[in-house]
Amino acid sequence: MSEASDRNQFKREMLNVVPHLRAFARGLCGRADFADDLVQETLLKAWAAQARFEPGTSMRAWTFVILRNVYLSELRRNRFRGEYDETQAERILVAPAGQEGPLHLGDLHRALLTLPPERREALLLVGAGGFSYEEAADICGCAVGTIKSRVGRARAALSAMIEDGSLPKRASGDGVAHVEIMKGLAAAQQTKD
Amino acid sequence: MSPEQNLSSPTRSPPPPEWASGLKRLYNSVVDEPLPDSFADLIAKLDDSDS
Repeated sequence: MSEASDRNQFKREMLNVVPHLRAFARGLCGRADFADDLVQETLLKAWAAQARFEPGTSMRAWTFVILRNVYLSELRRNRFRGEYDETQAERILVAPAGQEGPLHLGDLHRALLTLPPERREALLLVGAGGFSYEEAADICGCAVGTIKSRVGRARAALSAMIEDGSLPKRASGDGVAHVEIMKGLAAAQQTKD
Repeated sequence: MSPEQNLSSPTRSPPPPEWASGLKRLYNSVVDEPLPDSFADLIAKLDDSDS
């Protein structure tokens, strides 16, 4: 039956995008274990919703929509404690040492976690995942101009943190990130944007 | 390419800042990780439970 082969095809496509789902989730929440929980939940929901997937369209974009919804609902439940997972990334140098010292991937990720969620996801989609503004707007369910503005603000905020040396530091960054995430979420809920 | 110029023109789409490649590396470093078996196992089980 072609139904069975359709399901196998769907399954293969899901498995193919798992590394991308993990990368997006890790960028959003900062912790490998939480991120993988999000991905597992996303796969369950994607499977349940497979009738709504249009074959030939992007499985990555389609599952990212589900992942961001899972993430946002977990964020509202205050599941994340905003902890940053120290990994090898911590020691990878991003930019040469400037006045404020070297910039490491871990510093960059912690700074990213201080951004309001909607700016963080916009920057991750466009600046890390390689989506176009149009694709990112589809994933987030908002206007292209809104995505452009969020990416611009996110970049400006990170640049400013890097320039003036106010990047969250290793020891204290987790608490700062958490407070900022929760502030951002509260603001997002008030403005619905 | 002074940092001041970068920061003072927020209306124009500026060139990606120096740290921008770091975001891609952050993302790609996870994409390139070996995939834990748990994901393939989960997806395989989905087939079983589907009716």
